Amino acid sequence: MKKLVVLLLSCLPVLAFAAGGANEHVVSAPLNLQDKVSAQRGAQLFVNYCMGCHSLEYQRYGRLGEDLGIPDELVMQHLNFTTEQIGDQMKIAMPKNEAALWFGAAPPDLTLISRLRTPDWLYSYLIGFYPDDSRPYGYNNRVFPAVGMPHVMADLQEELSEDEFKQAMLDLTHFLTYTAEPMQLERQRLGVYVLVFLFVLLIPAYLLKKEYWKDVE
Amino acid sequence: MGIIKGTVDWVDARLPVVNAFKKHMSEYYAPKNFNFWYYFGVLSMVVLVNQLLTGIWLTMFYSPTDAFASVEYIMRDVQWGWLIRYMHAVGASAFFAVVYLHMFRGLMYGSYKPPRELVWIFGMMIYLALMAEGFLGYVLPWGNMSYWGAQVIISLAEAIPFQVLPFVDGAEAAAMGEALTTWVRGDYLLSDATVNKFFALHVVAIPLVLVALVVLHILALHEVGSNNPDGVEIKQNKDENGIPKDGIPFHPYYTVKDLVGVVVFLMVFAVVIFFFPDGGGYFIERPNFEPANPLATPDHIAPVWYYGPYYAMLRATTFSFLFDAKTWGLIIMGGAIAILFVVPWLDRHPVKSIRYKGMVSKVTLMLFAVFFLFLGFLGTQPADNSFLGISFTGWAQIGTFYYFIYFLVILPFGHRFEKSKPVPDRVTGGH
Amino acid sequence: MSKDGVNTSRRTFLIGLTSAVGAVGAVGVAVPFVKSWLPSARAENAGAPVQIDISKLEPGQRVVREWRGQPVWVVRRTPEMLSGLEKLAAGNVLADPESENTNQQPGYAQNAHRSIKPEVLVLIGTCTHLGCSPTYNPQPTVQLEQGGFFCPCHGSMFDFAGRVYRSVPAPTNLVVPPHSYLSDAVIIIGSEEGETA
Repeated sequence: MKKLVVLLLSCLPVLAFAAGGANEHVVSAPLNLQDKVSAQRGAQLFVNYCMGCHSLEYQRYGRLGEDLGIPDELVMQHLNFTTEQIGDQMKIAMPKNEAALWFGAAPPDLTLISRLRTPDWLYSYLIGFYPDDSRPYGYNNRVFPAVGMPHVMADLQEELSEDEFKQAMLDLTHFLTYTAEPMQLERQRLGVYVLVFLFVLLIPAYLLKKEYWKDVE
Repeated sequence: MGIIKGTVDWVDARLPVVNAFKKHMSEYYAPKNFNFWYYFGVLSMVVLVNQLLTGIWLTMFYSPTDAFASVEYIMRDVQWGWLIRYMHAVGASAFFAVVYLHMFRGLMYGSYKPPRELVWIFGMMIYLALMAEGFLGYVLPWGNMSYWGAQVIISLAEAIPFQVLPFVDGAEAAAMGEALTTWVRGDYLLSDATVNKFFALHVVAIPLVLVALVVLHILALHEVGSNNPDGVEIKQNKDENGIPKDGIPFHPYYTVKDLVGVVVFLMVFAVVIFFFPDGGGYFIERPNFEPANPLATPDHIAPVWYYGPYYAMLRATTFSFLFDAKTWGLIIMGGAIAILFVVPWLDRHPVKSIRYKGMVSKVTLMLFAVFFLFLGFLGTQPADNSFLGISFTGWAQIGTFYYFIYFLVILPFGHRFEKSKPVPDRVTGGH
Repeated sequence: MSKDGVNTSRRTFLIGLTSAVGAVGAVGVAVPFVKSWLPSARAENAGAPVQIDISKLEPGQRVVREWRGQPVWVVRRTPEMLSGLEKLAAGNVLADPESENTNQQPGYAQNAHRSIKPEVLVLIGTCTHLGCSPTYNPQPTVQLEQGGFFCPCHGSMFDFAGRVYRSVPAPTNLVVPPHSYLSDAVIIIGSEEGETA
């Protein structure tokens, strides 16, 4: 235990880059968070390809529909393949400890992944799979070398053109960027109003100060 | 109006509220020449109120036994919870920002010099309490950065050199350090027991201490009166009514002036809250979006920016002499904070304000500010980097050395190497 | 300091203006703090509508389900129970026989039997006096000659439509929650998306 601090302090130089930060393969994702249709397609991709193993345990189905403009019935039909209710969180049935045995590490919950890794990292990771026979599943990843996850969208990548596949991965990135901070657009919208209000308050406050300070020589 | 006046009179006969208002507001005479730097006191109060209010509200929804999930509950499920949480998280950084500027103002204008030593000491105690409060609050979201940050800081207790005690040898000292960390954690690892404990300290104990210290800070200030950018004692020039000639009633003149400053500050604060709530990873760090994981350290462990300078000093300490480097790191870090308490006695310059000091004082103070900021930056960066051919560790060592030289050599003796300008009898400038 | 030629009315006006705008801001700041006390998404989800299958409910039988932390009763009334309702309404024994207090039931249950379908009674099972849960007495008892609901705490009595008797502590009829029929066999409590007629 006592050696831990020494160990931590001494390995700081080695632990050079923040998660994904200084990776040469991370490209900038052409994000447009206003594009709800893209995020909707991303949601569809997520439940079809990712949700077998990855939960979104803080994201509620109903909230997702509300924020991305999908009616509740369509959410229940196309996005919810479980017995969960519309107001429930997007959890999965896979037990974490068993999953850890199958994959080496339990597939992490992805609700916050885009804030943990950045949307750019996520996008680059999704488009970063390449064939590599030395890996158990036949694929490796440029951004996350020796990743434990199989390339679950390999068939999709074969089916689509390169641009179509990149767009699909951007859709998925949009969706996960949404789940990481569902109130992001609302927060920015509100921020504008708050700043306008504060500016309006500044005017009489400034005039009041000027008026009183006439007294001070 | 009759009823209001009647009520005020009734209360005043039993509790001197009118007197208190006069003493601290309408008949508290503040120098009329306060400049930009004098906003940061009132801004600290504004942020303190923000932290108390949003903090009380977060307590209503946060759960230390389900910490990480309860923060996401606040961010998503509680109506407007996200705003309250961002106000609190950004508020923590804002608190340190305004307090650092407030402290720098004190250094610039010699606000700690007699008769204001006690005002400064209470201020430093507030700063110390704030650092404890910030650390405890940083652990509560129980993300992976919370976990490993707490791990490193709590393990520092193991660096305490108990072997200096009589009849304690090295092995016994190590055992005592380990016993101390176990006691702080309340477990053999950082766990719910630790979070529960930190929660109680963060929401009850330290805030009580903080508020009490703030009251003392202000009472002590109002007893001796405010300093000003000229460092002139306005009480030495009073008119026939005993009112300082260069003083103006705090209320209404500084209430209306501070209001403008507060609104401008709120605009900056709002820009961060609504557009950059995680401050580019400096206010809410990315590894904290992953639950605490005792098995995986984040790639780069860094303290929050406001501890940066001290963390850089801790890390830069690589020599061992009598004690090992880790212990020296702790001693130097602790010394860097402790030395601030005795600044009123270290500074032997005959002149108070930087305005009338000579070149040596001006240049060394600027350098101090630059090095402090640079140390702060270094503290948040991985150490295996270099700048102008000197490694980051090298720079941190230079910065640490300068930090101590500034307090131990320049403040006591710097005035011997410069010629000060004459200090005026009355303050200059009115706005 | 000089206070010569102070424009008092301008000062008063500016104080008023700044305070007014500031007050608007204070109200704005209060909104998130006040609204955060409303039920969260988790609470809303836990309080979501509850479905009750009544296909196996025998005449005279009652089922109890929880909805938003309250007992919800569903009783399939016998013809005798229903005819008893008319007799009680005719006599001068009930406080509000016509269900005129509209807070106690939705519009579609403001009728002689206080329900959508005459035989199926849906009630919130807490006494309108102080919130105890009354007992169900399908057979006549000492206090209730017609049978009905009897509150063990303070002796309030209700008939098989949840209507309160005169001269008991409870002031109003038992509450009929918002509900509807998803099918003949399934009632949904807390939602009016199904049939309410």
